[in-house]
Amino acid sequence: MISTVGHSPPPFFKRGPAPFVRLFFFVSLSFVLLVADLRFHTLEAARQAVAIVLWPMQRIAAIPVEIGLDMREYFTSLYALKIENDRLRYRELTTANRLLRQGHLEEENHRLRALLDMRERQAAEGHVAEILYAARDPFTRKIIIDKGSGAGIEAGQPVIDELGVIGQVTRTYPLTSEVTLLTDKNQAIPIEVQRSGLRAVLTGAGAGAMELRFLAANADVQTGDILVTSGLDGIYLPGLPVAKVVNIDRNNLSAFARIDCAPIAGVEHHGEVLILGKRIAPPLPPETEPVLAKPVKKTKTRKMP
Amino acid sequence: MIQPTQSSRRILLPVKPWFIFVSLLAALFLNVVPLGRFAAMPDWVALVLLFWCIHQPSKVGMWTAFVFGLLMDVADASVMGQHTLAYVILAFGAGGLSRRILWFPLLQQALHVLPILLGTQVIMLLIRLAVGGDFPGFVWFLGSFIGAALWYPLTYLLLLPQFRPMEHDETRPI
Repeated sequence: MISTVGHSPPPFFKRGPAPFVRLFFFVSLSFVLLVADLRFHTLEAARQAVAIVLWPMQRIAAIPVEIGLDMREYFTSLYALKIENDRLRYRELTTANRLLRQGHLEEENHRLRALLDMRERQAAEGHVAEILYAARDPFTRKIIIDKGSGAGIEAGQPVIDELGVIGQVTRTYPLTSEVTLLTDKNQAIPIEVQRSGLRAVLTGAGAGAMELRFLAANADVQTGDILVTSGLDGIYLPGLPVAKVVNIDRNNLSAFARIDCAPIAGVEHHGEVLILGKRIAPPLPPETEPVLAKPVKKTKTRKMP
Repeated sequence: MIQPTQSSRRILLPVKPWFIFVSLLAALFLNVVPLGRFAAMPDWVALVLLFWCIHQPSKVGMWTAFVFGLLMDVADASVMGQHTLAYVILAFGAGGLSRRILWFPLLQQALHVLPILLGTQVIMLLIRLAVGGDFPGFVWFLGSFIGAALWYPLTYLLLLPQFRPMEHDETRPI
């Protein structure tokens, strides 16, 4: 009889570590990835590298969809085009009054500001980009546009369309960037009620809706009010249309009113967008109390890079 | 290799590793086709990965799941680690159950596949809700049901290169 004390028989087949060991290894590796990405934001370089490898595949995958959309456009009836043309011409005519006088007004504003010794308003400049597709991730509201860090786009820039603000660039790749829409649950934008001048912060509520939070139940907001950017954040230019109040629920049980808003811009539609240049944020006011340990938070948007 | 399925007693040719790789790449390709916000789209990578984990547990396992999970995380612009974690657990479950599942006919195989796919989605949902994501609605889970319903055509398609030509030779023993 062969003594096997202290020995285990050699395995017949080499099969590597046991499944549970491998599972434990990969699960812990995934958790490391999760924490590194969410908590420390250290994986951006790796993400960029993988994104470059995936880029050709994503472009090729998009071709059939683009062809399909082009075909639909090609076969749009003449009548529909004529109606759209008429509508656009009408809109151009109705806004011509304001547009034609804008140059004059800007010059006047410039002179008056110089007269009053006020700081110059920053002129808006931007890049036109095309929306490639909506990101597949069902948990967020993001779109991918066809300009990236190669075209000078930086994370944090506001994105608008012809009607109003649609969101903010949150991540750039060399050839594309990712725009988080205002309807995303983690996106917030400082606004002002156009009618009353009341300032507040508008947050996304998902599924194409937005919510005005933490306003007192008797706040001066009415259904139909237009909300525009207040510009206090140093990111968005002041006065851009953002949303419209659609429903107000002044519940007596709660100290705050529940105010539902709908975006004005075509936030969830495809088309072309304008990426506005980065605003040079105004300098922080000097701190009056040196005992304060923490500096005053400058921005209110949670998605600042 | 003899596939111990009751419905088909055909002897299959050995699988070619490049075919596994190409099929997984094709699934990734299908996943990145921009179809807008169609929430009920099945996760093709999870489906094909599950197929190979069941049919070839010695060739496709948690390593492959991890690598393709990483690719999906970047392609989806989602949180890093979300797909890797879900796919690795899927590969573990499928590898463990493969010997059992292959004894069943295809319809009952699909019934095994459905909870595994749903579990994968639940893991992703839990991760994203834990870090403050938006609930995508119950329509999203429809993707798993569509995926399970596609099990029959998928099995036929992916086993196609392994089929021998049908030759009726009376003198051959098997």
